[in-house]
Amino acid sequence: MKDVKVLGPGCKRCETTAEMVRAEAQKLGVEVKVEKVTDYAEIAQFGIVSTPGIVIDGKVVHAGGLPKAEDLAKWLAA
Amino acid sequence: MSADTSQSPTVISRSSALPAAATVAAVALWFVVYWRLEDFSSWIVGLLPLPQDDHLKEAARFFVYDTPKVLMLLTLVVFGMGVVRSFFSPERTRALLAGRREGIGNIAAAGLGIFTPFCSCSAVPLFVGFVSAGVPLGVTFSFLISAPMVNEVALGLLFALVGWQVALTYLGFGLGIAMVSGWVIGRLHLEGWLEEWVRNVRAGAVELPAESISVADRIKAGIEAVRDIVGKVWMWIIVGIAAGAFIHGYVPSELLASIMGKGAWWSVPAVVLVGIPMYSNAAGIIPVVEALLGKGVALGTVLAFMMSVTALSLPEMIILRKVLTTKLIAVFIGVVGLGIIAVGYLFNALFS
Repeated sequence: MKDVKVLGPGCKRCETTAEMVRAEAQKLGVEVKVEKVTDYAEIAQFGIVSTPGIVIDGKVVHAGGLPKAEDLAKWLAA
Repeated sequence: MSADTSQSPTVISRSSALPAAATVAAVALWFVVYWRLEDFSSWIVGLLPLPQDDHLKEAARFFVYDTPKVLMLLTLVVFGMGVVRSFFSPERTRALLAGRREGIGNIAAAGLGIFTPFCSCSAVPLFVGFVSAGVPLGVTFSFLISAPMVNEVALGLLFALVGWQVALTYLGFGLGIAMVSGWVIGRLHLEGWLEEWVRNVRAGAVELPAESISVADRIKAGIEAVRDIVGKVWMWIIVGIAAGAFIHGYVPSELLASIMGKGAWWSVPAVVLVGIPMYSNAAGIIPVVEALLGKGVALGTVLAFMMSVTALSLPEMIILRKVLTTKLIAVFIGVVGLGIIAVGYLFNALFS
């Protein structure tokens, strides 16, 4: 079970990113818990500058713009 | 289901030759069309059943010629910058700026503001991310001022519609305002005027794993930038061009020259004040700039107006209110506004 956090104030891209994570995880058969972090102070604690960001099991893997599906697969499989 | 796991991570390197060739062909086609654009527009205007009214004809010609011209130029410039920007990220910019001394830091921040992708919706995480990672407050402001004001859309369109001299001057003075205003704000030591939670964030810079980026991906980034930006601003542009066409065809030169000409000393601060609550992308304001200049409005006044519209906007202030106290926002508007007014006067004095 992977704990995935999508960091972002709630823009359209953040929604899309969360959807992508779910879709990719389902495709890979990886169990995930997707949580959206929208509070600015909380987002800032992760040390990223641009949103949406993705945190998998406490580790920041992506910041700024939509992730690529193949990168997502790589992170989720790791 | 889980059988898929093995295949996807390794497939990274795809051929980039085809997309690259297609891009070159598309850019060549762009130039051919652009070269013949004026003939094409005259032909269209000739076909329109316009009455023998000079004003209407002039306005229509301006509109029919400028709309495809501006949209084409914008597409090319945004595509080019989209590709260039795939080499930059706010995270990398921050790493370059963290721990930098003021002065040098202000210069670097203003320069990086041109290339780093930025939209006002991400102004808050960006601001907090910079300040918490040890980028000095004044340096952060230099970046925050330069990023929306001196961008590819403004420079590309000024270059194409008004000429390279004006574009270069805008670039130089825009960067100058960003450096000096940021430096001044830094000297004032206003860290205490940040919202309290911002001061309490202590996060180091995060190290991101490398993402696979090929030439094809960079081209795709360019196309996405076009879809994103041109898709968002085309309506503003058409409104801007319509306003420009109206000014071009109907507003008498004497009227504008008397209100916004060099003779009227109060016009520079007045246009800056009018520009602050206005929010328009540079793309919407430049057709108006072009038309105003054609009517003999003073260059400094027009540039001051444009800078005020792009650098100081009400929506951005509302977003920044989450991290800055009202006092600090007032200082920000005051310092940048005074800088723009100074540039406006300087220009009107220099180019007479």
